Amino acid sequence: MTTWSDTALILLVLTDFSLLGSTRLGACIRFVAFQGVLLGVLTLTAHEEMLSLRSVTLAIISSGLKGAAFPWLLLRALQAANVRREIEPFVGYNLSLAIGTVALLASLWLSSRLPLPSPLVSPLLVPVALFTSFTGLFLIIARKKALTQVVGYLVMENGIYAFGVGTVPDTPLLVELGVLLDVFVAVFVMGIAVFHISRQFDHIDTDQLAVLKD
Amino acid sequence: MPLVPVLHLLLALGCAPLLVSIVRRTKALVAGRTGQPLLQPYRDLWKLLQKGAVYSRTTTWVFRAGPVVGLAAVLTALLVMPFGGARALVAFPGDFLFFAYLLGLLRFFTVLAALDTGSSFEGMGASREVTFSALAEPALFLGLAVIARQTDSLSLSTMLSGVTAEMWRQYGPALVLVSIGFMIVFLTENARIPVDDPTTHLELTMIHEVMVLDHSGPDLAYITYGSALKLWILGALLVGILAPVRSGSLWLDSGVACAAMIGVAIVTGLIESSMARLRLLYVPQLLVGAGVLSALALMLVLR
Repeated sequence: MTTWSDTALILLVLTDFSLLGSTRLGACIRFVAFQGVLLGVLTLTAHEEMLSLRSVTLAIISSGLKGAAFPWLLLRALQAANVRREIEPFVGYNLSLAIGTVALLASLWLSSRLPLPSPLVSPLLVPVALFTSFTGLFLIIARKKALTQVVGYLVMENGIYAFGVGTVPDTPLLVELGVLLDVFVAVFVMGIAVFHISRQFDHIDTDQLAVLKD
Repeated sequence: MPLVPVLHLLLALGCAPLLVSIVRRTKALVAGRTGQPLLQPYRDLWKLLQKGAVYSRTTTWVFRAGPVVGLAAVLTALLVMPFGGARALVAFPGDFLFFAYLLGLLRFFTVLAALDTGSSFEGMGASREVTFSALAEPALFLGLAVIARQTDSLSLSTMLSGVTAEMWRQYGPALVLVSIGFMIVFLTENARIPVDDPTTHLELTMIHEVMVLDHSGPDLAYITYGSALKLWILGALLVGILAPVRSGSLWLDSGVACAAMIGVAIVTGLIESSMARLRLLYVPQLLVGAGVLSALALMLVLR
């Protein structure tokens, strides 16, 4: 039994649930940072028997970006936007947790139906990766603040990354790095956008954008 | 009649107030006070038993029945709860449901007695108690379901003696999740700090305390003793999972379980000293969280 990668995957699920249940934006960003570090650990444990320079590089770069650079950017935007917590989300926090449980069940069922070519690191990997992506998607649609939506985007990407790392042992490093770069640029742009929106409108509540007219 | 379960039963009956005392002592020591003597709960019980009870003229027999039925329910629940890997005095398939609903009966009669006083203040406490315990129940049942599934049995005695070190090695993550869920249930059901403060008498925060305000004398003694026993019972459930020493030797197993019990009391004291009480709005979230943890553990063992 691959205890280490299993533990990392369960911790990943727990951070997803914490994200669904947390009202504090600062806490959300820290959870995402923790997820980034977990993904780095997962990269190392997934290729345990053939620990190459490639996977170590990938682990270091991804956990550096996801665990330090993005959170730093987002925390900076958080301070600039002068918000501390998400109030009045579209979907309440208890309901979010319940929906999360249903989503976890759904991803377990879905992964049992999914034909996969190679043997996996852990049977938990596919459901957890799917669940993480669902969580990200849910955070994007169920929360009002732009910052939480950026966090949701990151979580979704984390799910995809976990899927890729666990299922395909030889993804070219270049592809992974390309994806990471895309996400980096996206978060960078969104961080700056949030910063400027908050300068301009003194709040980052996306719900208010709905009443804009041309 | 088997000797070991009877000994364990006597141990629970005798030592339950001591457990409360250890929690209080830990809190006092952390706060830098000396704290009350360890035998103080016994003295309080003795003092209360000497007194007469005062009943309001607006109350009916329900109010008088509350403490008695509550104590009887919790004593019966004690019969099916095993301790230290040994069998309980009474064990039959499905007794974990029996156990859970005996605790439910205790709660039901406490709530009824509180409502019977006709005080809106007590009604408020009753409403909170019912809300929170309804939310704590899924966490308890899902957690028990995990253990029932892993040990292939439906009786608390075989379930808890089936949790072994081997099982911890194999299903460690699931058992950790269940333990955390049970710990939250333990704190909620015993009116402990993140949910309810047992020492405060501030109307905004009281849940359990407010419901027993109108009881006096022996009735209050029954309630206090009953809640000490409840602390012991739920602690024994937690210890059954957390201290899986099943050597077969009575002294070793029971000794480890007793030590683990004291450990649980000390941890409770530490949690109480290091945390603030949650706002009432956030308590349901904590309980739903506990339910989610238990559900996750169930998924881990079912897959």
